[in-house]
Amino acid sequence: MTSIAQLKRTPLYERHVAAGAKLVPFAGWEMPVQYEGIRQEHCAVRRDVGVFDVSHMGQIQTRGPQALPFLQRMLSSDLRRLPEGGAQYGLLCRPDGGVLDDLFTYRLADCEFLTVTNAANHEKDLAWLQSHAEEFDVDVIDVASRFAMLAVQGPCARALVRRLADGPLPPRMHCTDRCVASASMLVCGTGYTGEDGVELMLDPDDAVSVWDALCAAGAVPAGLGARDTLRLEVCFHLWGNDMDENRNPIEAGLGWCCNEQTGFIGADQVAAARAQGTAQRLVPFVIEGPGIARAGNPVVGGGEVTSGTYSPCLERGIGMAYVPAERATPGTRIEIDVRGSNRTAAVERKPLYRKEG
Amino acid sequence: MAEASYPDDVLYHAEHDWARVEGDSATFGITWYAQDALGELVFFQPPEVGASVTKDQSYAEIESVKAVSDVIAPMSGEIVSVNEALSDRPEIVNEDPYGEGWLIRVKLSDPAEAESLMSASDYQATLS
Repeated sequence: MTSIAQLKRTPLYERHVAAGAKLVPFAGWEMPVQYEGIRQEHCAVRRDVGVFDVSHMGQIQTRGPQALPFLQRMLSSDLRRLPEGGAQYGLLCRPDGGVLDDLFTYRLADCEFLTVTNAANHEKDLAWLQSHAEEFDVDVIDVASRFAMLAVQGPCARALVRRLADGPLPPRMHCTDRCVASASMLVCGTGYTGEDGVELMLDPDDAVSVWDALCAAGAVPAGLGARDTLRLEVCFHLWGNDMDENRNPIEAGLGWCCNEQTGFIGADQVAAARAQGTAQRLVPFVIEGPGIARAGNPVVGGGEVTSGTYSPCLERGIGMAYVPAERATPGTRIEIDVRGSNRTAAVERKPLYRKEG
Repeated sequence: MAEASYPDDVLYHAEHDWARVEGDSATFGITWYAQDALGELVFFQPPEVGASVTKDQSYAEIESVKAVSDVIAPMSGEIVSVNEALSDRPEIVNEDPYGEGWLIRVKLSDPAEAESLMSASDYQATLS
């Protein structure tokens, strides 16, 4: 058991404590799970704007004449379609197709890329990339300590950040260098909430002043608890829950970010799974009556819940589960064994939550 | 309620439950500390009236957005009523954990079990 003293802290730790956050161990970091309450923070992001400290996430820089062919070999997505100043979501797979991590990659220049890792996987991803870099004229550099990372998310997020910025913000799935609240940073049109917004990667020394400026401008501090309920309502995967090394991208419903023709590591196995189908499929579900399924709850007849929570917007238990492929069609009723009580759920289409209008 | 509160008119169990004993019956609930640790409650399925509860054992589950927690009986007996209002508004437990947010009422099988429970000050000492 990791003692709390060994946990890493972000530059905003003192701000979280002062705001009365509940801090919990998460992937080796001491992170705020909530401030005032998960539901309030969730609704602030859906209706207005919230700010998350996601400085636990890691960054890896890849640069050199062969940066593109190297990353094309490593990542499942088609990097030829990633322009300078663009962002792309992709997977890191093993030769057997198992998913090592899911990551956003930003193309900063023709031969320079920045990839954001999940905190729990950062060291593993770095070692994996570096072990395959020798055949390429490329440098793979751990730059996680150079960045704090803030996610400003919600329908009012862009307007709020724009008021503090020295120029226009990048469109969705793009990134650009900007000065925001007097600090230079990389502003990215990405996020993990299903809302519009930006993610900011900046010098850790600037994190406190930028956080204070965002909060003073009206952004509501939101914790990892709301981040999880927000992402699950729109069916964004969480590595370690919804897929891992033992799951193929196809069964995880991530075939859309795999282009097997690029020849990435694992492409053969992904192509085979795509052609032959898989025994199980990851599906989103909504519980029809009362009750909340949680990760690990068995699906009656085969399968398992991988993420489950209470949806503040739908006001029901929601989640994602692996089920036998023949029961993965939207509209299918499944029974979930929630600690001894069977709960009926309906398999749904993604996303579970859609904005009105 | 935002401020911690541990009234003197109830007895406390180490698993963060309380009992308000009146003769041979008692009302059970969870403490301010328990509801604060769980966060906003979103689901409580009351147990059946007539079921028996056993001291130190779980008689129900209560859920926040993030977590599910067992509710432990501070004393033994038979359930005579349950707080049906919590089915629609479990957050009442957050708002008023010792009043409107009570969970069940029990006819006690052994009122002397009260002697093993803690006073407010003894319970608070366990929290620091």
